[in-house]
Amino acid sequence: MSSEFKKGIQHGIPIALGYLSVSFAFGMKAVGDGLTWLQAVLISITNVTSAGQMAGLPLMLGGASLVEMALTQLTINLRYGLMGLSLGRKLDDSMGTLQRLIFSFANTDEIFAVASSQPGKVGKRYLYGLMITPILGWALGTLLGGVAGTLLPAFVRTALGIAIYGMFLAIILPPARAKKPVRFVVLLSVGMSLCFRYIPGLNKVSSGFVIIICAVISAGIGAARYPEQEGGNP
Amino acid sequence: MSWSAFVPYVAVMAVVTYLIRMLPLTAFRRPIHSRFIQSFLTYIPYAVLGAMTFPEVFYSTGDLRTAAVGVVVAVILAWRGKSLLTVAIAACLAVAAAQGILLLL
Repeated sequence: MSSEFKKGIQHGIPIALGYLSVSFAFGMKAVGDGLTWLQAVLISITNVTSAGQMAGLPLMLGGASLVEMALTQLTINLRYGLMGLSLGRKLDDSMGTLQRLIFSFANTDEIFAVASSQPGKVGKRYLYGLMITPILGWALGTLLGGVAGTLLPAFVRTALGIAIYGMFLAIILPPARAKKPVRFVVLLSVGMSLCFRYIPGLNKVSSGFVIIICAVISAGIGAARYPEQEGGNP
Repeated sequence: MSWSAFVPYVAVMAVVTYLIRMLPLTAFRRPIHSRFIQSFLTYIPYAVLGAMTFPEVFYSTGDLRTAAVGVVVAVILAWRGKSLLTVAIAACLAVAAAQGILLLL
């Protein structure tokens, strides 16, 4: 096994742990709402996105139109487009069109975040390693949640719920500590996110849009104030 | 849910989600020269993660108090540059410990 592939797998483990708990909840809810466990697993392995799947569930069960389903997915998942544009700059020459087509399937928030935080360029071995355990965790969690939702003790499930955020913090805090522009962008984005959660009126905006708005505005202001040096990292 | 009703929905969900992910990675591959756009794209991941983490992390365990304990532990370890897995597991253990203490009180 190449060391890059192994490194990718190692970096994917915390993501997979977090996914296990989130997809467990999804599987439990999907089956509780009237899907079979196989249908729930099929959604997970073809979509690999928590917010989009959670939003799609009531639409399909309520008999919504396919247009509404498409627009909802587009809105909630539009952030992946931004992430793809950003990550595209970090891919090395081993990522040809075919590799990009394969990797696109798994460019989730967390996989994107970990890949972006790597120094320098990333290649196919690392990325394939990085995507494989989270996808398995996502599918397995859905299956377990759908088949045996109530068997896992509640305290284990709730404790797992924070895993993904612990990982996010481990990604953003070291660069935020070291680099003023990153600190500025993160604080601005967090501040905006808090406003969207707690200010009446603003808290009506759907979570997919909130992430897009916070990210675009704070990264935009950050880029205007602190344009990075040619080829440098922030 | 019947398979005949289910399959079109899943197909639409999967295709839309895949296209959003795939197009920017494959269709736009020319190098970017604008310093503003380069910087913007560099900052985007940190901005996205910041907005996704706060305030959501405080609701991730279903109890503000246990989540707060997890956040404090995660922030201290992450600030010191510990690895992703270390921070993630320590946060989970901290939440589990906080749950245990709350049960005993």
